[in-house]
Amino acid sequence: MLLDRQSLGYGAAPVLTGVSFALAPGERVALLGRSGAGKTTLLGALYDALLAQGNRVALVPQEQGLVPQLSVLRNALMGRLDDHGALYNLTNLVRPRAADRAGVGEVLSILGLSPQTDRAVEGLSGGQKQRVALARALWRGGDVLLGDEPVSALDETQGAEILSHIAARFNRVVLALHDVDQALGFATRVVGLKDGRVVLDATPADISRARIEALYA
Amino acid sequence: MPEHLSRLQVTAGLLLLALLALPFADLTLAGHDPRGVLWRMAQGFLAPDFSAVDEIGRALLLTVMFAVAGVAAGGVAGVIMAPFYDRPGLRAFCIALRSVHELFWALLLLQVFGIGALTGVLAIALPYAGIFAKVFAEHLDEADQRSARALPKGVDALSRFLYARAPLALEPMRIYALYRLECGLRSSAVLGFIGLPTLGFQLDSFFRQGEYGAASAIMILYVALIASIRLWMRWRLVPVWIAAALGVLASVQSPPMGQGALWRFLTEDIVPVPLRGGCDGAALADWLRDILTMEALPGLVATVICAQIALALTGAVAFFGFGLIVPRVSGRVGAALGHLGLVILRSFPEYMLAYLFVQVFGPSMLPAILALSLHNGAIIGHLLGRQAEALCPDLRADAPRGATLWGWELVPRLFGPFLALCLYRWEIILRETAVMGLLGVMTLGFFIDSAMAELRLDRALVLLVVAGGLTAAVDALSRAIRRRLGTGALRRVPRETLLGERA
Repeated sequence: MLLDRQSLGYGAAPVLTGVSFALAPGERVALLGRSGAGKTTLLGALYDALLAQGNRVALVPQEQGLVPQLSVLRNALMGRLDDHGALYNLTNLVRPRAADRAGVGEVLSILGLSPQTDRAVEGLSGGQKQRVALARALWRGGDVLLGDEPVSALDETQGAEILSHIAARFNRVVLALHDVDQALGFATRVVGLKDGRVVLDATPADISRARIEALYA
Repeated sequence: MPEHLSRLQVTAGLLLLALLALPFADLTLAGHDPRGVLWRMAQGFLAPDFSAVDEIGRALLLTVMFAVAGVAAGGVAGVIMAPFYDRPGLRAFCIALRSVHELFWALLLLQVFGIGALTGVLAIALPYAGIFAKVFAEHLDEADQRSARALPKGVDALSRFLYARAPLALEPMRIYALYRLECGLRSSAVLGFIGLPTLGFQLDSFFRQGEYGAASAIMILYVALIASIRLWMRWRLVPVWIAAALGVLASVQSPPMGQGALWRFLTEDIVPVPLRGGCDGAALADWLRDILTMEALPGLVATVICAQIALALTGAVAFFGFGLIVPRVSGRVGAALGHLGLVILRSFPEYMLAYLFVQVFGPSMLPAILALSLHNGAIIGHLLGRQAEALCPDLRADAPRGATLWGWELVPRLFGPFLALCLYRWEIILRETAVMGLLGVMTLGFFIDSAMAELRLDRALVLLVVAGGLTAAVDALSRAIRRRLGTGALRRVPRETLLGERA
């Protein structure tokens, strides 16, 4: 059990109350709900709980957290900084090692970013930046991926491709998504948030369209 | 110069200049017993001796009073000039005022007013007036212009200014004035080294008598004074402080100057020798060539060599040092220690640090370069560290810590501001390098000091113009480079934090 009847949020007024959450092996969860419903808050709490259990977690935050002045390659390399000591990281910053370059290169080619490998992130388009944040998480790898609207700036085809790639690479995934069809196609389990509570938690097959629409009403 | 310069090009250029200067720099150890002096100083500093209460108290009091009076006078003059700063004549006048160092102003004023309170106050007030006018004018420009535009058409200029322009710029101006007072405390302390009764004078006499414990005591109190400035300098107390300064400074005893000193200075002393007996063009040309080739040129070259090396080292100190005050990089204890180190280094003016190093290493470029790079590096490091701390809460949740955070997240994000700050400090470092000549380093100040000592004020004036011209030229160059770095490298840093310690 990751969360057990917890209230989540900042300060006096919690964003979510009475949240319980477990994540079984092989599960792919899509979080649905209107903006402000608490998806980001829930992801933050899950991140802390997963780390506390000693999981290796890859993260795609909504604001991406890229360093605009650095190249695509180096931003992606950041996914594995905690695997090495400071000396390795500092020398790798000055001149990335061939092995790391090759490893990240594979990820970047999957995401269609190979031509931009050595370009500074500040000159990229919104969709490209989002894919750099994804590249960082894919390069990090691990057991779990948490993503907050990780494909919102990509077109449908590209988004679907990347989601299926994520599904293949990570054993457990939790994503906040706003495209309902995309979510239903990707997830093995859908969690709906509304009015500060979890109001829906079922497999896509068991959910009627009306219940999902009610989330956004 | 090309239309755009990359950060890499500018950094490489500055490093290259420093490397080229290195073989020509005089970095010898000229002190006869550096280790012994260092040992005695260290012993004294570890055992501060506060027993010379009278001398220490009076030196600190006068240091504050000179600073308050000088900054206040400069501030008032700056406020009056700021609205008209866009007029070329006034702008040139202000550039001239601020491109001459306080110590040089003091040396010049000594000839006219003697070693009295007026010399000290004006030596601070004159250059500060030029700086205040420029910065206040920028504050006025940056303030929201919409209220002024919303006024009815017929409003006269003064009312328009007082109602819709000045109030909007008041807050940054107040913050800046407080920062300038801190600078004034440093300037005032340093004026003691040429004989005014402030901290530098007392420190010098303690050193001459080998009383390192007393020197340590006065320096500890001085750092405490600067660090606590926000406690004792309240905006409401300003009139009280100014009244106190006038009262105390009026009581400063000074040897009287002969009648008509100012008149003699203007009509005789600073008139070139060949012109005193009548106009002799050929003699004047010889005279000028002699000064320019024998004194101005060697002084200029030495000043530039010393300053460029100091600038590169300043950058290195700041670049590697700013992480020290960021808890996510150096830990809570490390950050506290880092803060302490940077506070101490930036409280002591370059000149005073150089004075200490000269006691140990003797008068070569080494003490000057060390002092300049430690002081300026600490200032830039402090400003960058504060920006880095402000960045930390917004980093992604899985961002690293320690040196990795410094290298991967902080350095890339802050390299632009870092470079802008170094370029901004370039002019300041050059000004200070010229003045280091008073300590025996062969920069421009050395030749100015010698000319003054021989009472050849006409020569000193030519050299002062050269020093001022050099400062103004580097200021213009630095501004041109900053503009070509693009993305408003300077604009992203608010004026107060760029110059000041705390916004």
